[in-house]
Amino acid sequence: MTAYTTSEMMTVAAARRLGNSDVTFVGIGLPSKAANLARLTHAPDVTLIYESGPIGAKPSVLPLSIGDGELAETADTVVPTGEIFRYWLQGGRIDVGFLGAAQVDKYGNINTTVIGDYRQPKVRLPGAGGAPEIAGSAKKVLIILKQSHRTFVDRLAFVTSVGHGEGGDHRQRLGLPGAGPVAIITDLCIMEPEAGTNEFVVTALHPGIAREQVIENTGWPIRFADQVDVTKEPSEAELVALRDLEARTAAAHGQQGGEE
Amino acid sequence: MAEILSLSEAIHRFVNDGDTVALEGFTHLIPTAAAHEIIRQGRKDLTLVRMTPDLVYDLLIGAGCARKLIFSWGGNPGVGSLHRLRDAVEKGWPHALEIEEHSHADLANAYVAGASGLPFAVLRAYAGSDLPKVNPLIRTVKCPFTGEQLAAVPSVRPDVTVIHAQKADRKGNVLIQGILGVQKEAALAARRAIVTVEEVVDNLNAPMNACVLPSWALGAVCLVPGGAHPSYAHGYYERDNRFYQDWDPIARDRERFLAWVDTHIHGTRDFAEFKAKLAAQQEAEQ
Repeated sequence: MTAYTTSEMMTVAAARRLGNSDVTFVGIGLPSKAANLARLTHAPDVTLIYESGPIGAKPSVLPLSIGDGELAETADTVVPTGEIFRYWLQGGRIDVGFLGAAQVDKYGNINTTVIGDYRQPKVRLPGAGGAPEIAGSAKKVLIILKQSHRTFVDRLAFVTSVGHGEGGDHRQRLGLPGAGPVAIITDLCIMEPEAGTNEFVVTALHPGIAREQVIENTGWPIRFADQVDVTKEPSEAELVALRDLEARTAAAHGQQGGEE
Repeated sequence: MAEILSLSEAIHRFVNDGDTVALEGFTHLIPTAAAHEIIRQGRKDLTLVRMTPDLVYDLLIGAGCARKLIFSWGGNPGVGSLHRLRDAVEKGWPHALEIEEHSHADLANAYVAGASGLPFAVLRAYAGSDLPKVNPLIRTVKCPFTGEQLAAVPSVRPDVTVIHAQKADRKGNVLIQGILGVQKEAALAARRAIVTVEEVVDNLNAPMNACVLPSWALGAVCLVPGGAHPSYAHGYYERDNRFYQDWDPIARDRERFLAWVDTHIHGTRDFAEFKAKLAAQQEAEQ
């Protein structure tokens, strides 16, 4: 078995969550990398939609920005951004919304707006982008981000995009059409919402990761499911596909794929 | 009919202090040359509208042209923060900047509503999000047929929209190809629309169903080759990734930013001269 990094494990584990027939609304950065890895491995027919307008994009290198020309050139069609949000997302045609985040909480709510007070921010983050409506309207949502005390917080300074809100059936009470986040994939583990409470609990640890590491890197008292699996290690084929994708990207751009 | 003008004349005639101005282009065809000209001509108190402020508004904000920013995602794509935007929001430099923050779906719908001559847009959005708490313009309406609560936001109707496109014909009809973003809607939502283009041709040869803005819907068309740098113009040039990276340390430091604006914008007559200066510098640094 080839050695691999925790970041590679994260990307591979996230890619595995996408099915071949999933129509996927892809955020830039880690979601884009994982979604394209899925397309290059087990899900060659997965449909990737980017908010700038490409539907069915099949880029050979990762985009630096959400509107790279390669996305348009390889897409089945390119539509205006308004149409992406109106007909394709709000119209109920997205199976999976694939999002990154600056911070998440235990209910999978996402902050990409601000740390500290909104008017007097400690750190001003980029803001909402397409995430609030993707989180609301996609039939289900996957979240991918690196795990630390700073990113997995007990209380978000700002809820940009709603996950399970205050937990339980809060999403239904808010009238949101989609099921919300079904998994958070990190460099340490996979978390899924617990039945009933919809609080995220650890359902799989990546190989070699101890529970203590997850506990130390989570800002709330993280709980573990009754049965915690060990994530299957990246296969040779997955690693080769991922590394080739990254190498092509670096050669094309002189840098890695962008973060939104 | 659109007038074929120089960019400097178009900005001089169509952009006034205090105007609401939208420079659109979704990572593609960003009208940077127009932003430079707005800075050169010293416009003030602008309300800037743009889904992704990008480097183009980092410049305008840092140069002190803006009073207010209406936006939905403010980062340097693939690199990190917009330091001039952050400095204005966090520290009020060079002066306080009012921000009105939305989501992409919201602003895209608001442009569609603006182009449609409607006062507001309606969309299924924001339930559970804190954005309506900090933006009182995000409200709700009840569907008169089903009773569903939906988000309502004011339409975007700029005084002036500037977009960049691949080509125009000699009458001023404009063809846009590739990632379209909200450019068509932004142009049609505005009282006055300026389009900068890569080239002016005898015949657009536009394929059926192509995105063509007719001359009579526009105010001015300006020939500005390379005018979308450092973004890209599909079919003409690639994104200048290095510039996006180089921008980070320039924009991080107030003095360095001001010196850059002095040299590269006030110190050049137009975008062609700016591009020549930048190319000479990039070559010297290699």
